[in-house]
Amino acid sequence: MSLQSPVLEIDPLLDDRKTRIVVCCGSGGVGKTTTAAALGVRAAERGRTAVVLTIDPARRLAQSMGLTELDNTPREVAGIDRSAGGSLHAMMLDMKRTFDEVVVQHSDPERARAILENPFYQSLSAGFAGTQEYMAMEKLGQLRAQDAWDLIIVDTPPSRSALDFLDAPKRLGSFLDGRFIKLLMAPAKVGGRAGVKFLNIGMSMMTGTLSKVMGAGLLRDVQTFVAAMDTMFGGFRTRADATYRLLQAPGTAFLVVAAPERDALREAAYFVERLADEDMPLAGLVLNRVHGSGAAQLTAERALAAAEALEDYVAERAAESEAEGTDGSTVDGAGAHSGAEGEENLAGGGIVDQRAGHDDSRQDLPAGTDDSERLAAGLLRLHAERMQVVARERRTRDRFVSVHPEVPMVDVTALPGDVHDLEGLRAIGQELAEGQPAAA
Amino acid sequence: MSAHQSSAVRLHIVTGKGGTGKTTVAASLALALAAEGRRVLLVEVEERQGIAQLFETEALPYEERRIASASGGGEVHALAIDAELAMLDYLDMFYKLGRAGRALKKLGAIDFATTVAPGIRDVLLTGKVCEAVRRKDKAGWPVYDAVVLDAPPTGRITRFLNVNDEVAGLARMGPIHNQAQAVMRVLKSPQTAIHLVTLLEEMPVQETMDGVAELRAAGLPVGAVIVNMVRPVLLGDADLAKAAADRSAVAVGKRRTAVAKALSQAGLGGARRGGVAERLVDPLLAQAHEHAQRVVLEREQRAEIAALGLPVRELDLLGDGVDLGGLYRLADSLRKQAVPGVMEAAARAKGRTAAAGGPEDDDIEDADDADDEDEDEDEDA
Repeated sequence: MSLQSPVLEIDPLLDDRKTRIVVCCGSGGVGKTTTAAALGVRAAERGRTAVVLTIDPARRLAQSMGLTELDNTPREVAGIDRSAGGSLHAMMLDMKRTFDEVVVQHSDPERARAILENPFYQSLSAGFAGTQEYMAMEKLGQLRAQDAWDLIIVDTPPSRSALDFLDAPKRLGSFLDGRFIKLLMAPAKVGGRAGVKFLNIGMSMMTGTLSKVMGAGLLRDVQTFVAAMDTMFGGFRTRADATYRLLQAPGTAFLVVAAPERDALREAAYFVERLADEDMPLAGLVLNRVHGSGAAQLTAERALAAAEALEDYVAERAAESEAEGTDGSTVDGAGAHSGAEGEENLAGGGIVDQRAGHDDSRQDLPAGTDDSERLAAGLLRLHAERMQVVARERRTRDRFVSVHPEVPMVDVTALPGDVHDLEGLRAIGQELAEGQPAAA
Repeated sequence: MSAHQSSAVRLHIVTGKGGTGKTTVAASLALALAAEGRRVLLVEVEERQGIAQLFETEALPYEERRIASASGGGEVHALAIDAELAMLDYLDMFYKLGRAGRALKKLGAIDFATTVAPGIRDVLLTGKVCEAVRRKDKAGWPVYDAVVLDAPPTGRITRFLNVNDEVAGLARMGPIHNQAQAVMRVLKSPQTAIHLVTLLEEMPVQETMDGVAELRAAGLPVGAVIVNMVRPVLLGDADLAKAAADRSAVAVGKRRTAVAKALSQAGLGGARRGGVAERLVDPLLAQAHEHAQRVVLEREQRAEIAALGLPVRELDLLGDGVDLGGLYRLADSLRKQAVPGVMEAAARAKGRTAAAGGPEDDDIEDADDADDEDEDEDEDA
C-alpha cells in the first residue's frame, strides 16, 4: 500500500575507505547532531579514524562525547571500542575563534592586529550571516588538509534555511569579488593603485551617500576593515572554492536528515533537489523519530471501539455496585441490574457475548478486575493514538517518496527521551545500519 | 513585572527552537489577538513564506495585506519582509534616495547589506517591525492594535533583537545611530513581549531556559512560554505507574492474563496463550511503557518550565497536522487560556477609562518623540 524506497545502507558507506566526508544536513530540530554523533561512533567502532565536527550540540550530548568546552580543536572521545583499530575525535565549532585563526594565519602580525581590533570586525566575526556556515566549511577544509582522519563527519548549522549552508561560501565569494568592496576601499587607498580609477564623480557621490547613511565614523571603520582584509580576500575566495569542490568530490556523501513531518520533509525535498543541481553527491535520507507498532494488525478504529466498549462496561458496573451498595435491597438491586443490561445491548459489539463468562470471573477474581479492564481500555486508546500517528507519518513520507522515489531512505525509531550517552548513540547507529526501508 | 502590568503589549515576538512550530503559534496568536474587532499585523522575516503556507494562500509579496478574519470583525494582516526591498524602502523613506538607492543596488551594496552583513539585515527587519508598531493613522491612533512577529529561532533571538544596540555602538552618531536607538527603545519597552515556544522535550526546554536567561540578561522583556504540541495523557496515574515500572514485571502473572481476558471481552479474539487477544498484550504493554516513560519526562520538563516563573500556555497537538481550521482551534485555545499580555491590558484599560481621551500615551510614543528629537539634532548638525 505504502510506497517503497531503496534502502539506505549505512555500513557499506561508513566502511568504504573512499568515503572521506559525510555531511549531515536538514532543517532544525530533526536530530542532525545526534545522527552525526551516532555515525561517528559507529564508524570509529568499525575501524575508521573518524572526527565529528558539530556546530551547536545539546549540552548533554556534548558531555557524552567529552566535549565540555568550546576549544575549537578535535578531542578524542573516551569510551569508544577501539578493537577494530578505529578512533573517534569530536569538536564543537567556535565561529569567532575560527575566523580569528584565519586572520592570523593569512596576514602579517601588524595587519592581523589591526583587523582583530577593528570594531566592525569584532561585531562581524560573531554575527556575520553565513559566518557559521562559512566557518564550518573553513574548518572542514582545515580538518581535511590536516589528513589526520580518514573520515570527517560534519553536522551543519541550524540555519534560517538548510540551504544557507550551501549558499554562504558562494555568497561571500561573490561579495568579495564585487564592486562594492572596491568602492569601499577606494577612499582608504587614495593615491594607491586600483582604487583611484574608481574614484570618479559617481563614486564620490556614492561614498558621500554612504557616509550620510552610515555615519562617517562607521564608514571609516568599515573602510579600514576592508583595506586590512584586502590581502586575505584572495585566500578566502580560493579556499571557499576549494571546499566547494571538495563537497562535489566522489569521497563526499550527503545525508539529508528529516523527521516524518510536513515541514521537515519539505525542507528535505528542497535539499535533495538542490544537491542535484549543484552536483553534490547525495547518499540518502535518514528519517528520524519514526513511530511504529508491534500490534499494527489492530487498527485504530477497532482499538477505539473496543476501548469504548470496555469503558462502558466498567462504568456500568460501577453504577451497578453503587446501586447495590446504597439500597442494600435485593429487589431494587436486581432492577438496576436489568436496566444496565439494556444499556449494554446498546453499546453492542463483542462485550455482550462475553457477558456471562465475565460475571463468573467477577466472583472468582479479586477486586482488581475492573482495574484490568480499565488498563486494557487505556492500552487500546494509546494504541489507537499510536496507529493514527503511524498513518499520518506514512502519508507524509509517501508524499516525499512519490516525488523522489530514487532517494534511498532509512528509518530511525522515535525514542521517548533524548540520547545522551555513547550507549544511546550506539543503539541509534545500530538502527541506522539495520534500518528498514522507508515503508516497513 | 510591574512594568508588564502598567501597559498593554502591542508587539508580540514569537521565538522557539527549530521544529517547535513557532510560525504556527505566531499565526494562532495573531488570530487570537484579532478577536473582538481588533486589527493585527503578523510579520515574518525569514523569507520562508511560512505564513502563506499556513493560511493556505499564495506567497506573500512585500506588502501588508489582509489574510484572515477573526471573530467579532477582527482582522489579521500579514507581511513577509524582504530584506532587500526593506533596505531600499528604508533608504527612500529616510534619505529620499530613490536613484542613489538603485545605484547602490547595482554596486552590490544592497546585497552586501542584506545577505552578507547580517547585522544590517537584522537592523532593517527590526526597524520595519517597529515602524509598524508605531505607525499611526491621520487621527493619531495606532494603525494596528498589535503586531506579532514570527522571529528567528531561540538560538539567534537575543542577537537579532539586540543588533540595534550593537549598531548604535558601532555608528556612534548619525541617522543609523538614532534609528537604532529608537528601535531599541521600542523593543525594551513594556509594550513588547517575547514569547518562547517549546515542546515538552529536553532539548527545546533547555534551549528555552538558555534563551530566557539570555533575554533577561540583555534587558529584553520576556513574555510567556508557550508549550506546543502537547500530547494527551491516555492512562490514569495508577496505570501509568504500573506501566512505567519494569515492563516484564507488569507483563507477568495475573495482570497479564487479566488484560488478555479484558481484550478478549472487548471482542478482540481469544485470551488463551497464542490467541489473537493474547498476542496483543505484549506490544500494547510495550507501548504503554514507552508512553509512561514519556509522561515522566514531560512532567520533569513541565517542572523546569514552571521554575522560570513565567506565564505558561499550552497548545494541544493537532493529530492531523495544522490546517486552517486547526489554526483557528489553536487561536481559540489561546483565548480560553487568556492571550498572553492581554489580561494585563484589559485590567489597565478598566483602570483608566476616565482619563483616556485620545490616542495612547505610552512608552512607544515616547520612543517616537525621542526619535524625532534625534532627527532634529541631525538636521542641526
